[in-house]
Amino acid sequence: MHTIENITSLLEEVTDPEIPVLNVVEMGIVRGVAFEHNKLIVTITPTYSGCPAMQTIEEDIREVLIEKGITDFQINTVLSPAWTTDWMTDHAREKLREIGIAPPQKGSADKGLLMGRIRDVKCPHCGSHETSMISQFGSTACKSLYRCESCREPFDYFKCI
Amino acid sequence: MSNQDTLSYTLHLADTTLILGQRLSEWCGHGPALEEDIALTNTALDYLGQATNLYKYAAQLEGKGQDEDQLAFLRDAWDYKNHLITELPNGDYAYTIARQFFFSAWYGYTLQQLMQCPDEYMRAFAEKSIKEVRYHLQHSADWMKRLGDGTEESHARLQKAVNEIWTYTGELFMPASYESALNWINQDELKNNWDALVTATLKESNITLPADQWMQRGGKEGKHSEHLGFILAEMQFLPRAYPNAKW
Repeated sequence: MHTIENITSLLEEVTDPEIPVLNVVEMGIVRGVAFEHNKLIVTITPTYSGCPAMQTIEEDIREVLIEKGITDFQINTVLSPAWTTDWMTDHAREKLREIGIAPPQKGSADKGLLMGRIRDVKCPHCGSHETSMISQFGSTACKSLYRCESCREPFDYFKCI
Repeated sequence: MSNQDTLSYTLHLADTTLILGQRLSEWCGHGPALEEDIALTNTALDYLGQATNLYKYAAQLEGKGQDEDQLAFLRDAWDYKNHLITELPNGDYAYTIARQFFFSAWYGYTLQQLMQCPDEYMRAFAEKSIKEVRYHLQHSADWMKRLGDGTEESHARLQKAVNEIWTYTGELFMPASYESALNWINQDELKNNWDALVTATLKESNITLPADQWMQRGGKEGKHSEHLGFILAEMQFLPRAYPNAKW
């Protein structure tokens, strides 16, 4: 018999294909696990509208469930409430920092604000606050490109949204 | 207000984001610097994702069993409801940046209002998309200042681009019949917000605001420039030549 708890731990085996150290539960992509008349409903939300990883993530979830003998399930995608980096767990943030990606700041900018700016971003290598942005856009939809003025290393910053 | 108006408006936003996304993706491998190549293709990807979300909703509203791909790839130029500004050829980098700035300011303030509209799906879409558009707007505003306040050459190119694109900015604030019927957007508020940001940014960029002039229109009602046909020919070739092809 599957419970919501063991389904959730199953889903923790599914990782983000672009940042494989993070699983989809700690990233906040999985929004809900529930049973409706014995049918399992997994609700997920995209990080970015065009994130190419979403399709892979959905297929990976499907695979994990089928592997464990769960066949009566449905995966729903919802847009609201919109995914925010605030949903990332502290543990996930620490893992990002360890692989050299500066984790997103907590307290995402006001939802409706258009011209708000990011405050300070700490270098994931040396911890310095003396950093500057090279580009708002980086190697994936969710990252910006930064440079540390203290240790001179470039690094990715997981954008705060 | 009817279901048909909601469908038309959803298609208008979907076509607008898809066509601009397609245009920006032409910069892939041709950006003036690696970071800018990445910035524009990331922006294109965001638009493509937003267009997908909108076409899915449009397909549902239409209720004819079509999917998002059929709506994107099997409609012709006269069915498309995108703003004319989105189909303009990319020009030089100053031209692309000026178009991106004018458009992003309009889009951002439009999404701000859509977050309060009566349609539940559209509210969710706006709440999601505005987070992405904020980055597009800041990126293009930064480059407006950098080019406008840069060298003599970059300044001259940006001023020329602004002058040329200006005639396509009017359509952003002329509601199509379905927009008037829905009445989701307060056009005066939208225009005031846009004017304030554009005026301030052009001033900071040392760029002269073009004088009032005759404005191009028609895209939202399916009347397009010759450019759209060429975009569609390239974008739709594969799904039309090989129907139901799978990736």
